[in-house]
Amino acid sequence: MIQVVLPRNLQSLAGTGRTVELDVSGQATQRSVLDALEARYPALLGTIRDPGTKRRRPMLRFFACEEDHSDDPIDAPLPSEVAAGKEPYLILGAIAGG
Amino acid sequence: MRVLVGTRKGAFILNSDGARKSWDVQGPLFPGWEIYHLKGSPVDPDRLYASQSSGWFGQVMQRSSDAGKTWETVGNQFLYEGEVGPHKWYDGSPHPYEFKRVWHLEPSLHDADLVYAGAEDAALFQSKDGGTSWAELPGIRTHKTASEWAPGAGGLCLHTIIIDPTDHDRIFIAISSAGAFRTDDAGKTWRAINHGLRSNHIPDPDAEVGHCVHRLAMHPSKPETLYMQKHWDVMRTDDGGENWREVSGNLPTDFGFVIDVNSNDPETVYVLPITSDSLHYVPDGKLSVYRSKTGGDDWEALTKGLPQEDCYVNVLRDAMAVDGLDPCGVYFGTSGGQVYASADDGNSWNAVVRDLPGVLSVEVQTLK
Repeated sequence: MIQVVLPRNLQSLAGTGRTVELDVSGQATQRSVLDALEARYPALLGTIRDPGTKRRRPMLRFFACEEDHSDDPIDAPLPSEVAAGKEPYLILGAIAGG
Repeated sequence: MRVLVGTRKGAFILNSDGARKSWDVQGPLFPGWEIYHLKGSPVDPDRLYASQSSGWFGQVMQRSSDAGKTWETVGNQFLYEGEVGPHKWYDGSPHPYEFKRVWHLEPSLHDADLVYAGAEDAALFQSKDGGTSWAELPGIRTHKTASEWAPGAGGLCLHTIIIDPTDHDRIFIAISSAGAFRTDDAGKTWRAINHGLRSNHIPDPDAEVGHCVHRLAMHPSKPETLYMQKHWDVMRTDDGGENWREVSGNLPTDFGFVIDVNSNDPETVYVLPITSDSLHYVPDGKLSVYRSKTGGDDWEALTKGLPQEDCYVNVLRDAMAVDGLDPCGVYFGTSGGQVYASADDGNSWNAVVRDLPGVLSVEVQTLK
């Protein structure tokens, strides 16, 4: 199971805790993980990726294994530790505003 | 009585009985999110819609079928239809249209599942299935003047939607800073209705568009008469927007955002003057609602119960509402998080709550 850590506002929107576990079929990529996340929690549709273009919202970043994967190709494999459920995939909101 | 309050960090629902003296405060709902607007259906008062948004996470739409006890997310895909042209940017250069958020929700007067959404960048959307899906009514965004529209300081927002209760195909909208528009065919075609408006920043005194209309208000018994709080100037029309005349009269300043009409008298109007376009707070540190009982021109200050020293709050365009009782209840929310209520036509005021996040919108439901 892949672990995904959500920012606080998305936890409340999805009605879940900080970490959710997802069963992702096929190779673990950012696209497959986000697709699985949105399928499990439809309330998150459009909040992480633009609903039309599927591009990452500009004030969100994606991290895993102490690396910033925000600008990686969406279909690139995630680190094996994430795929194995040993390390989480983190969705972070930019620290900005009040 | 149910008062729906949208704030910069969540929504609140204030409940009272007909006396409007004792209030129960429910919330925060959607904590941490900007709630630009929430409004109930006149057909089914338990059906509420809310616009929830965030600079980080975009637009979320919420619907309740039990008066706000529980909520469900509904459709949040707002796609502009067809080819999307540019509007003007602040410097006059062309700027591509881009959906940012829903400013205002207007449920239909006859169908609880039909609701309109006014968006930034300026566009009108419609849902026929209770918010599950949204389709643009592109007639307004493709108006012949649209390429000339430029955003106000708050953005290029379609912020006011008023449905004529005698003809549901007639809808009035306002866009900052394009002006007021009217459709007579349920949104297919629109005409600019800005004749008589004068705006200092526009060189052409008869400009069809470019006016920064902050708010429109109508009494349902007199739908040909509309009142307008413009960037500067309080205006009135008696012919459905064909011609406007200024009714600022003796107001201490005619800059402001809100305007509303007493539910029992279409000639009794409320505004809340703000110092100026560069000083977005009330004049002289005194919070005062101004009332005209003559449809404008002659205004009186209503101050009983409102702070009269060291007060420097703003009241935004969607943050005043009236109830349907007699005497009329009047409600407004401030940038400082106070929600004030009057149960006597505005003669006296009490703070229902004092320390909410900054208030973006106030709506009232008069429950039977």
